[in-house]
Amino acid sequence: MTTVSEVQVEAEIEDLSKRSSVLDAVITMLRKQPLASFGAAIVLAMIFMAVFADILTSIDPEENNLEFMLEAPGEAFFLGTDQFGRDLLTRIIYGARTALFVGFTCAIIGSTLGLVLGVASAYFGGLFDLIIQRVVDVIMAFPLIILALAVVATLGPGVENVIIAITIPFVPQCARVVRSNALAIREIPYVDAARALGFSHMRIILRHMVPNVMAPFLIMLTSFLGQAILLEASLSYLGMGVQEPTAAWGLMLQGGAEEYAESAPWVAIWPGVAISLAVFGFNLFGDGVRDTLDPKLRSQ
Amino acid sequence: MKNTYSKFAVSLAVGAGLALGASAANAETPKSGGVLEFVVPGKAPSYDGHIETTYAMVHRVRPFYSLLIRVNPDNPSDPSDFVCDLCDGSVPEPTEGGTKYTFKLLPGVKFHDGTDLTSEDVKATYDKIIFPPEGVASARKSFFKAVESVTAPDESTVIFKLKFPTGSFIPALATPFNFVYSKDDLDAHGYTWHKSNINGSGAYKFVQHQKGAFLEGVKNPDYHHAGKPYLDGFKAITSAKMALSIQAIRGNRAAAEFRGFPPKARDDLVKALGKKITVQESDWNCVLLATPNHKIKPFDDTRVRQALTLGLDRWSGSKYLSRIAIVKTVGGVVFPSHGLAATKEELVKLKGYGTDIKAARAEANALLKEAGVPGLEFTLHNRGVDQPYKVVGTWMIDQWKKTGMEVKQQVNPTPVFYDVLRKKKTFDVSLDFNCQSVINPIADITKFLGSAGNNYGSYEDKVLEDSYNKILQSGDVAEQRRLIREYETRALSDEARMMISLWWYKINPHRSYMKGWKIAPSHYLNQHLDNVWLDL
Amino acid sequence: MIKYLIKRLILLLPTLLGAAVLVFFLLRLVPGDVCEIRLAGTGLYADPAEIALCRKDLGLDQHIFVQFLDFIWGYATFDLGKSMWTGAPITHEIGLRFHLSLQVAIMATTVAVLIAIPFGIISAVKQNTWIDYVVRGFSIAGIAMPSFWLGILIILGLLIGTQEILGEPWMPPIEFKPIWEDPVWNISQLIWPAVATGYRYSAVATRMTRSALLEVLREDYVRTARAKGLLEKVIINRHALKNALLPVVTIISIEFAFLMGGLVVTEQVFNLNGLGRLFVESVGAQDFNMTQQLVMLVVLIFVLTNFFVDILYAWLDPRIRYS
Repeated sequence: MTTVSEVQVEAEIEDLSKRSSVLDAVITMLRKQPLASFGAAIVLAMIFMAVFADILTSIDPEENNLEFMLEAPGEAFFLGTDQFGRDLLTRIIYGARTALFVGFTCAIIGSTLGLVLGVASAYFGGLFDLIIQRVVDVIMAFPLIILALAVVATLGPGVENVIIAITIPFVPQCARVVRSNALAIREIPYVDAARALGFSHMRIILRHMVPNVMAPFLIMLTSFLGQAILLEASLSYLGMGVQEPTAAWGLMLQGGAEEYAESAPWVAIWPGVAISLAVFGFNLFGDGVRDTLDPKLRSQ
Repeated sequence: MKNTYSKFAVSLAVGAGLALGASAANAETPKSGGVLEFVVPGKAPSYDGHIETTYAMVHRVRPFYSLLIRVNPDNPSDPSDFVCDLCDGSVPEPTEGGTKYTFKLLPGVKFHDGTDLTSEDVKATYDKIIFPPEGVASARKSFFKAVESVTAPDESTVIFKLKFPTGSFIPALATPFNFVYSKDDLDAHGYTWHKSNINGSGAYKFVQHQKGAFLEGVKNPDYHHAGKPYLDGFKAITSAKMALSIQAIRGNRAAAEFRGFPPKARDDLVKALGKKITVQESDWNCVLLATPNHKIKPFDDTRVRQALTLGLDRWSGSKYLSRIAIVKTVGGVVFPSHGLAATKEELVKLKGYGTDIKAARAEANALLKEAGVPGLEFTLHNRGVDQPYKVVGTWMIDQWKKTGMEVKQQVNPTPVFYDVLRKKKTFDVSLDFNCQSVINPIADITKFLGSAGNNYGSYEDKVLEDSYNKILQSGDVAEQRRLIREYETRALSDEARMMISLWWYKINPHRSYMKGWKIAPSHYLNQHLDNVWLDL
Repeated sequence: MIKYLIKRLILLLPTLLGAAVLVFFLLRLVPGDVCEIRLAGTGLYADPAEIALCRKDLGLDQHIFVQFLDFIWGYATFDLGKSMWTGAPITHEIGLRFHLSLQVAIMATTVAVLIAIPFGIISAVKQNTWIDYVVRGFSIAGIAMPSFWLGILIILGLLIGTQEILGEPWMPPIEFKPIWEDPVWNISQLIWPAVATGYRYSAVATRMTRSALLEVLREDYVRTARAKGLLEKVIINRHALKNALLPVVTIISIEFAFLMGGLVVTEQVFNLNGLGRLFVESVGAQDFNMTQQLVMLVVLIFVLTNFFVDILYAWLDPRIRYS
C-alpha cells in the first residue's frame, strides 16, 4: 500500500519537474484539483493577512474609541466597529494571526507527537504498545470539546492553555492512524534485517519507519489545521479561550456581538465569516493533500 | 438611623419617573390574574437564604418567603424607609438606650403547610442566622455582631436585645436573605432541610423546579398582606447569558429580567418595541474596583498606585463606557446618591477624579518615572463574567495604555478567580468589587480596610483603621460625613489603596404589561413580587 | 460470536476506568472548590470554618484516594451520588436534561441523513461534474461554519425577520416542554438547534457517503455487473449502495454519540437545558461529582455506540471474521 503511494508520489514529482515553470505546475494543480487550489488560495491569503497585519492596517486593533462604538460599515470603518469602537476589519486581520498561530502550533505539535507515539508503539509492540493503545482509547472516547473544556478548566484560559487543550486530543488521533500504517512497514523484512545488522532503534525508526508514514502524517496534520481553528473559536466564544483585548475571531462573536446583534448585526457577522472562510480554505486544501497522498482515494 | 438619615435620603430612582410610558402606573388599579414569566441569569446553589449570597437565589426563592421587616415596596429607592412584613404596624423604635427592639407580629399568618407562624418561628429563624449551632452555616452572621439575644416572651412578641446601640441593626434585619422559617421544620428536619425544600409564608407557594430550566410558583391565597398577590403565579426561567435575556424580552418569551442591562440594550429594545417596553433606572449599590497587590513590586509604591488611579478617565468613562456596560456613576467610597457620599466638588480633589485627564496622565507618567518604572507593564487579573467585569476590564486596560502603560489581561473563571485573590495572591492588579443589598454605608465601606475579610490588597494601614473607628464611634451625621471624607481621601488618593472605577447603574427595561414592580438600588431588594400585576 | 462479544465488552472496562482516572484527577487539579464558590461567590467574606464545614459535608476533606474509591464504587454499583452544587441526586439532574439532548440528537441526525444520503449519492454518481463540486463545496462549508455562529444567525434572522414581516419580533421558546405535552412548542424550540448542528453533521455524512460509494463502485463485482450490461441505476441501488452504507452508518452513529454530550456551544446559544450546558455549569461550579458522572455518561455512550457499530459490522459484512 505504502509502496504504491511512494511510486505514485515520485511519479507525480517527476511529472512536475519535467515542466519548466512553476506556472505550469500551478496550472496542472488548478486543472487536476480545482477545489484544493481554491483552498490553497484562501490559505495563502490568510497567511498573508496574518504575517503582514501591521502593514495592511495602521490602526491599533486594541485601542478603544468609545465615541465610535458600534458604527455601521462605511467609509470610515470598512466593516464597522465593535462595542468598544474598535475597527472590525483591523481586528479580523489581526485575528488571523491568533487563529493561524493556534492552528499551526496545535496541528504541528499534535501530529508530531502522534507520529512519534504511533511509530514507537508499532515498532516496540508488546506491553508498550498495549498501554499506549489503551490510553489512546480513553482520550478518543471524549468528545473533543468536552476534553478541551476540562483541560482549560484545569489550566485556566489563555492562548497557551488553549493550545495545550486542543493539542491533547489530536495526539492520539494521529498516533492511531500512524500506528496502523507503521505496523504494515514493521512486517517488511528489511526492518528485521536492519535489526539483525545491529542498527540502533533510533536509526531504524528515523531512517526506515518514519519516512514511510509521512503520507498519513501529512494528511492528519492538514486536517488538524481547520479543526484547531474551529475549536479555538468555540473555546474563545465560551469565554474559556483567548482573552480580551487580544483580537480573536471566536472572542469577537461573544458578549456585545450577541447582545447588540439586532441593531449592529455586522459585529456578529464578519468574525463568523472569517472563521468559516479560514476553515473552509484549510479543509479544501487538506482534502487536496489527502487525495494526492492517499492512493486509495487518489482517483476520485 | 432612620430619622438621622432621612433628610439625606435623596430620591434615587432617577428612572421611576423617567420610565417610558409607565408614568401613569401608580394611579392604575391593579388587575388580578396572569402568570409572570421572567428570566434569571445564573443558577442558585440552594434555596436556603441564610447560607446563600447570590441574587440568582433571591430572584427565584424570595417570593416564597416573608421577612420580619422589609424595604418599603412602594419606595424601595429610599435606603432608610423600612416597613413591617411579618410585624404589625410600623418598624419599632428602640428602647433602653437603643439596645432593645420589640416586635409585635401580625396575627393569623400561616405557613404554606397550614401551620401558624408565631414568635417562636421568628426566634428560631434568627437564632439560626445569628447564633448557628456548631456546624451550621450562616452567611451573614457578622451583620448581627451587636445582637445579644433573641427572645419570644409570648406568641406574638419577639425581642432583640443588643449589646450596644447601632444604626446598622435595622438595615441588617431587612436584608432580603433573612427568610422566616418554621421552627417545626427546623426541629423536625434539621438545619439543612431548607437547602432543597421550601415552606414559607410568602405571597407564592412552590410548585416545581426543573433545575437549569425554570422554577414555578403559584398564588398563596392565605397571604398576610390583604388582597395580594395579584398574580396567579410566576415562572422564573433560567437564561444562559445576557444576550439571551435581552432576546427573550424582545421576543416576549419573558416580561423582565431583574438584574440589569446596559443602556445600549435598553435603547435597542425601546427602538424595536416602543411603548411595549417600560424602562426603570436607578443607581446601584455595587462598584468595581481595581485592587493592586501591595505585596508585589512595584505596587508597594504609593506613587505607582497613584499613577494607576490617575490614568483612569472616569468622567469620560461615565459618558461613553456607560453606554455598553452596567456602570455609570463617578463616585467615592460611599453609594453615590447617599447623603454621606462625596459631592462632585469633593470628588475632583481626589487623585484620578480631576476633569483634566491630560494633566492627570502627565502626572501619572511623572510618578511612574520617579518610582523607577516608566511604561509600567503588568497583568490585570479579572473574573470571567461579561457584565460588567470583562467590559470594564477591557476599558481599564485601554485607559492605562493611553497613559503609557502596557497591560495584559488574565481572565479566570469565578472559582479560580477567588483562589488567586484569597490564597495564591499571585496577581499584580485585580478587578474586585463591593456589592451589597440594603444600603448601609458605614458597614459597606469596611471593604477598604486592610483588615477586612473581603479585602485582597494585602496591606496594613493603621491610619485608615483609626479613621474608620472614629467614624464608628461618631454619633453625629455631619461629623461622620467629614470623617468619611478623610477616610476616603486616605484610601483612594493619598495612599491609593484601591482604584474605584464607576458605580453600577441599574437599568431594567421590561414589558409594559408588567406593572407594580419598582426598581430598587440593589438587585437583591424588592423581589417578593406581591405587588406585581399584569395588564394584559 | 458470544465469545467475541464478551471479549469486546471486557475491553470496554479499561477505557471506562481510564476515563474515570483522567477526569477525577484532572478536576482536582483546579484550584478552589464548590464550597468557596457557594459561600463566597459574590464577593462576601466567607468564614474559613464554614468553608471547612461545607467540605466536610460533601466529603471533600477525605483523602483523595478514598474519594476516588468512593467514586468508582458508586459507579460500579450504579449509585451515582448527589450533585455537590444542588444536593439533588445526579440521576435526577441528568434525567431532566437527557430527554432534551436525546431529542436534539435525534432531530439533528434526521436532518443530517435527509441531506447526506441523496447528496452523497448524487455527488458520487456525478463525480467531477459541477454538481459534484457544488455538493462538495456545500458540505465542506458545513464543516467550516461553526454551528454556534449559525445558531446566532438563525436567532438574529428570526427576530429581525418576524419583526419585518409580522411587526412583532418572534423568538423560539426558551424553556423546554416535552413533545407529548406541547408538540408545537417543542418542535418550534428544537428545530433550530437541530438545523444548526444537523448541517455540520450532514456535511460529514455526505462526504462519507460519497467516498464510500465511489470505493464500492470500483470493486470487482460492480465492474462485473457493469460488464454484464446492468443499468447503472440498478447497480447503484441494488449492489453498491448496500455495501457503501456501512461506513456511513458508522460515521452517523459516532457523530450521534458525540452529539449527546458535545452540544456544549450550541446549547449556550439557544438556551437549551441539555447535558452540554450541565457540563459547562458543573465545571464552572466545581461540582466534581456531577462533572465526573456526566463525563462517564458521555464516554459510556460513545464506547457502547462503537461497540454496537462493531457488532453490526461483524454481522453485516461477511468479509470480517471475529477473532
